[in-house]
Order: sequence, then C-alpha cells, then structure tokens
Amino acid sequence: MEAKAVPKEMIHAEQLVYEYDKRDEEGNIIGSERAIDGIDIDVPQGSFVAILGHNGSGKSTLAKHMNAILVPTGGTMWVDGKDTRDPDELWNIRQSAGMVFQNPDNQIIGTVVEEDVGFGPENLGVPTDEIWKRVEDSLRSVGMLEYRKASPNKLSGGQKQRVAIAGVIAMEPKCIVLDEPTAMLDPNGRKEVIRAVQKLRKEKHVTAILITHYMEEVVDADQVFVMDDGHIVMHGTPREIFSQVDTLKSYRMDVPQVTMLAEELRKRGLDLPRGILRREELVEALCRLR
Amino acid sequence: MIRDITIGQYYPAESRIHRLDPRVKIVCTLVFLVSLFVQNNILGYVVATLFLGAVIRLSKVPLKYILRGLKPIVILLMFTVVMNLFLTRGGNTLVHFWIFTITENGLRTSVFMAVRLIYLVTGSSIMTFTTSPNGLTDGIEKLLHPLNRINVPVHEVAMIMSIALRFIPILLEETDKIMKAQQARGADFESGNIIQRAKAMVPILVPLFVSAFRRASDLAMAMEARCYHGGEGRTKMKPLKYKSRDRVAYLLTLVYFVVIVAVGRFVPFKLWIF
Amino acid sequence: MSIALEHVNYVYSPGTAYEKQALKDVSLEIPQGQFVGIIGHTGSGKSTLIQHLNGLIRATSGKILYEGQNIYEEGYDMRKLRSQVGLVFQYPEYQLFEVDVITDVCFGPKNQGLSPEECEKRAREALELVGFPEKYYRQSPFELSGGQKRRVAIAGILAMRPKVLVLDEPTAGLDPKGRDEILDQIDYLHRQTGMTVILVSHSMEDIAEYVDRIIVMNRGEKMYDGVPREVFSHYKELEKVGLAAPQVTYVMHELKERGFPVSPDVTTIEEAADEIMRSFHD
Repeated sequence: MEAKAVPKEMIHAEQLVYEYDKRDEEGNIIGSERAIDGIDIDVPQGSFVAILGHNGSGKSTLAKHMNAILVPTGGTMWVDGKDTRDPDELWNIRQSAGMVFQNPDNQIIGTVVEEDVGFGPENLGVPTDEIWKRVEDSLRSVGMLEYRKASPNKLSGGQKQRVAIAGVIAMEPKCIVLDEPTAMLDPNGRKEVIRAVQKLRKEKHVTAILITHYMEEVVDADQVFVMDDGHIVMHGTPREIFSQVDTLKSYRMDVPQVTMLAEELRKRGLDLPRGILRREELVEALCRLR
Repeated sequence: MIRDITIGQYYPAESRIHRLDPRVKIVCTLVFLVSLFVQNNILGYVVATLFLGAVIRLSKVPLKYILRGLKPIVILLMFTVVMNLFLTRGGNTLVHFWIFTITENGLRTSVFMAVRLIYLVTGSSIMTFTTSPNGLTDGIEKLLHPLNRINVPVHEVAMIMSIALRFIPILLEETDKIMKAQQARGADFESGNIIQRAKAMVPILVPLFVSAFRRASDLAMAMEARCYHGGEGRTKMKPLKYKSRDRVAYLLTLVYFVVIVAVGRFVPFKLWIF
Repeated sequence: MSIALEHVNYVYSPGTAYEKQALKDVSLEIPQGQFVGIIGHTGSGKSTLIQHLNGLIRATSGKILYEGQNIYEEGYDMRKLRSQVGLVFQYPEYQLFEVDVITDVCFGPKNQGLSPEECEKRAREALELVGFPEKYYRQSPFELSGGQKRRVAIAGILAMRPKVLVLDEPTAGLDPKGRDEILDQIDYLHRQTGMTVILVSHSMEDIAEYVDRIIVMNRGEKMYDGVPREVFSHYKELEKVGLAAPQVTYVMHELKERGFPVSPDVTTIEEAADEIMRSFHD
C-alpha cells in the first residue's frame, strides 16, 4: 500500500464496503449482499453529524464500523486517525468512539446505575478513585446523578438511554456514536435523550454522530447524510436536505410537519423560502407575505 | 403473579448490613444456615431468632417485604409440616383419631422444621436483599479466587452470574407479556392434561428463546463496544477491602455460632421442651 | 353493540411498596364501528386500559360491559370475548412462533376450535387484509423485515374475525414510511370491514387524520374525550402534561394571534393549507 497521510478527521471513510454472505435454509452460502456499498464520509472533530435512512438502508451497519464492531470488507475506515482493521488499535478505537445502541434494556450491564456507568472505565483499567470521579461527573452531565443507586429496571426508557450515554461518556471518548437511541422511546423520552446529547456537546465538546429516522432530531446538526440501499444519497445542511421534500420522500423519509405545510403552501403559489424547519420561521415568513 | 417473586431481588437502602463487605455477608449467611442444623432445642431457636431479628432490624428491609418472599415456599412449608406432624413417632401421643396419630415428637419436629425452613429462606434472602447482585458476584469471585490456580475461570463465571441476575426480571416481565399476547389469540394455559399443557407452552417458549438470544447478542455487542475483554487488566469501581465493621461482623457471627453450639450441646434439651 | 366502561379503577401490586393506581374512575363508551385514538405518554394508563377491554386485566372495581353484558359476571365466556375484542400488543412480532407465516396466523382460529380448512381460509383472508404478499405465506416469520412481521402479527388477530380491533402502538420502531403504510392499512381495513378500531399512540400528529375521536389519558384518568379538533383546542393544557398537539395546530394558533383571519380548528396539513390560502385570498 502506498504511504498516505493519516486523516485528521474524527471519522474518515474511503470507498467503504461491507459485504456479508447470504445463506439458504440449510446454511449454504448462495451469494453475497452489500450492506454498505462504496461510502465516503468525513466527520470533523467536534461536529454534530446526523445520518438518516429508513430501516435496512445500511445506516446501522455504517455506525458499527465507527467503533470497529464491524470491519470493512473493502475500502478503509479511519477513526481518530486509526485504521479499524489494525487489531492493535482495537481497544483504542473503541475508547475514542463510544457507542449507544437502540434497545435500552440490552446495553445496560450493571444492576445498579452507577455500577453500570463504571463498567467501561473498569474495562479500561482506570484506577478506582478516578472511576468514582468519572461516574459522578458523567451521571451529572446527563442529569441522572440522583438515580445513581437505582436499579435500571425501575427507570423509564429515556432515563435508561441517558444512563447508557453516561456509561459511554465515563470512558472519555472523543466521539459518541448514537445508533437510533430514540427509536424505542416515547416523545418525552426522545426529547430527554436529544437534550442530553446537546448538553454534552456544549460541555464536553465531543463529536456526535446521531443515527435516526426522526427528522425533528437532526434540525441542529452541522451536516446531514441520507442513506439508501448502502449508499449515501443526500448530503448537506439540514436546511438543504429539508428543502428537497420530494427526494426525501422517495427515500422513505419524512419531513417535519411544518416543512410539509410550507412546501404545500409553496405548491399552491405562496412565495415561501425552501427548507423551513421551525414553526416560528413559518409564522414569520407568512407574516412577511401579508 | 410472576412479578410478586422477591427472592433474590436487591432492596436498595442505606443500612449497616448493606454497607458490609459482600464476602462477610456470604460467609456469615453460610454460618447462619449451618447453625440452624447443629442444634435442635428451643433455646437454640431463641438465640437464632434474636440474631436473625437483629440483622433484619439493622438491614432496614421492611418485614412485610421479607415475608412476601416466603410466598413461593408456602406449599413446601405446609407439606413439610404435615409430613412431620403425622409421620414422626415417639414421645407421648397427643391426639389420635382414625389412622392419624400426632405425637409430642411429631409436633416438635414439625414446628422446628417449619422454623428452620423459614429461617433458611429469610436468612439467605436478607443476604440478597442487602447485597447488589454485582456485589454478590464480586464477593463470590473474590472468595473463589484461589480456584483460579486450578484453571477455573472465576471472573467469567461471576460475570455470567451477574448478567443472569440483571436479566431475570426482564425475562420474567417478557414471559408475562408473551403469555398475555398469546392469551389474546385464544391460547389456554390452564386446562387440559399435562401433555396438552406442555404443548401449550410452545407459543411462549419459542418467542422467549428468540428474544433471549437477541438480547444476548445485543448485550455481547454492547459489552465489546465498551471495551470488555475479560478479567485481564480490569480495575474495580468497588474493590473489596475488609474494614473494621466487617471484622466486627465476623466476630459477632462467630460469637453467635459459639453460643448456639454451646446451647445445643451443653444445655440438656429435655429441660427446654415445652 | 358497544364496549362500555363504568367507573373502572385499577391498582397495581396492592399492599406493596410498588402499589400504584393505574386507572382512576374511568368511564367511557365506544360504539360499534368507531375509529378511536387513545393518547397518553408512558405510564398514563393507556396500555392498562386496553388490557381491560378483553379481560386480560381485571379491574379492581367498576364494571365493563361488552354488548350490554357485564364481562365480570359469573360464567361469562372470556375466551369468546378475547376473540371478539382482538388485542394487538406493542411489538407484536415478538409473539410469532410457528414454522411459517400462514401456520402462525392460523393459531388464533385454531384456538377457536375451527376446522383446518376454515382456519386457513380465515388466515388467508386476514393476510390479505393487511396487504401481506402471498408469495411469502410459506416463509418462516423470523426471516421477514420488521414491517412485514408486524403485518403478520396483526393478521394473527384479524384471523379470529374480531368485531373490535385494539392496537397498542402499532407503529413503534418503524421508519416513517413503514409507519404511514401500517396506519393506511389499518384505515383501509377499518373502512373495509366496519369493525371498531381502537388505536393507542403517543403521537397526536400520527393519528389525527385517521380517527373519529381521541381519548387523552393522563395519570390514569381520562383527561379529554372528543373529536380531534375539539381535543387539540386544549393544546396549552396538553403541553403542560407533556403531550403535544400536531405542529399545524400551533402554527394556526400563532397565526391567529398575529392577526391572520384563520380558524385554528384544523388537524391536518391539508386543512391548514386550505385555511391559510383562504386567508390570503379574502
């Protein structure tokens, strides 16, 4: 391989491919399928990136490459300048890019909140006093400190996900990858989790990569990627993305109701700007028209 | 209802018993259990009752909660009492009708057996009520550590136990949910002979296994993502270190054991029968 | 031909540390053929409420009448009730267990004691109603996509030919398109069969355009009960209990406050657009 400069970005993928075997009922390999098919992606340090896509679009497979749970079958994935195929860097990669999963019940290991948050640092071999400091600090930053002695089984979905986030933060990662953290939550739980992520970004300046199919959650992102069939099919700021309502719909995606209403009014001849995201914007724009 | 089972559940509270080192609680519980079997007279049970009562008081676990944990053993308890009551011979006959005879010894044995069983369950549930499952497995891990030398994977076994304890309530709840969902499809779990009933479990067991495997694979992934790679190089958030209160607890338990053995051995029990 | 609840109370784990009153004096009547949405967030009692409707949970006090008959009466046939009031649980795909799709859907009719031919006939009819493609009938249910699994699970209830279909969060975990597809399908089968449909959701926006009536649950009590536009007019109170009216409702109210001659009583994007356009043309 020719010598190449190590990328500076938090996440950098070049022509990433992930292929897996397809099997028939007896388990014989009958071909292969590409869950990810030639993806290039760049996530600068400190930014907030959202990846959208319907179920089965490959977005979760991509997420699992960012913490070396999966390694590419083609192309390269760099996380914090480290190639994920290098087995010597495995634990460093997982420490620098923490991951929160979809199902709140299936990622909490501890039977007491604080013990769960301490699990990551324990694995990293952090000294005991330091673990306690980190646990307290990360529980505070997600607003769950008062539940430190509670059993995770008694918490709501949103609270469990915040504990899971604290568990990742306690490992002091540079980047946190959230793989559909809100898919199984109710609207209040979703808000709690998104607010916790926003607060973390402000206080700890971590890079955040949010994988979701809820459009409302990506309004504040620096960049949005839309995936379909293993490819990245759209890329831009939230406003750029949401101004293409019909294209989004063709990828089985949805836009916020306000954006839809604005689009409908545009179609009926009102001169509104494209990509209206918030309801105040729409009200302002309509008032200006009168 | 499945949810009513409290045995093995942790009851979070701040108490002197909660703060004890798990190893102390495991060892002392074992000592307590043994103590129930080395004596067989009223004074012995008085001593055991005082000890157990004091521990329950100190643990701050409500008595009602502890008693609820006895529910699942009620049938076993009744069975033991009845069997001992009617089948033990010896001593004066107290009651006799038709083919049933109740003797003095029978009455004594059945009462003592019942008390033993209750204390056995209560004593061990006090340990689980006051020790978080992680604490418990840490304790076992540390106590069994010497086995590492003969290649027993002590850390892994402890980790498996602690994960099992975390998921038992989740899987119980899930069983409840699946049962209800199948009942909504007209499934009947209550009637029929034993084979029909066993067959009726299939619609519960298949989904339960599917879900358990899915959870297991999710959890394994989540653990790996958080850099879990076995016991090597791992530090502890709550390392076990004996403190003075733990030594006091050992000492008190030892004193208790000596007293109960002494009472059982040296006080002629004839004196204490009724 | 209706379901009626009279002063229903339900207390969880009475006499323990976890005692909780999940339903407080709930009374309501749902006539045959209505499409009803029950809204509330987690813990509002909405899931507990619907499990009363087919007798899976027994009320601590109060009465439930199905077609005028008290279901708690001695000798009432609960299994018959369960086949008439079909309940689809949240994430229903986790109850699938048979070797192939059609056998799984036959489970309900089989429990009703129908002949194998009749079971299969009803299973096919049910699968058709949920728009499940015939070529997958013999496939294992575990190999289907999330949305397809959910259709099979709903068909498993429909195959019992219930008069009332109750669905607990049927769109949970689906992507936006999958959500719309399932809701459209439910709307279709409501119109097709005329059965009563009770849809539990935590999103007003999702169900506003489908339902005739919305019941809002909060802390175990019925908070509002009426047609959507009537319920949404309480958008400020709804917000206080952590529920949001559809975004268009907010937009219209804000426009009205800013002096637009619009009526804020709209529930869908279509209606909102009509109303705004009208205000521009007037």
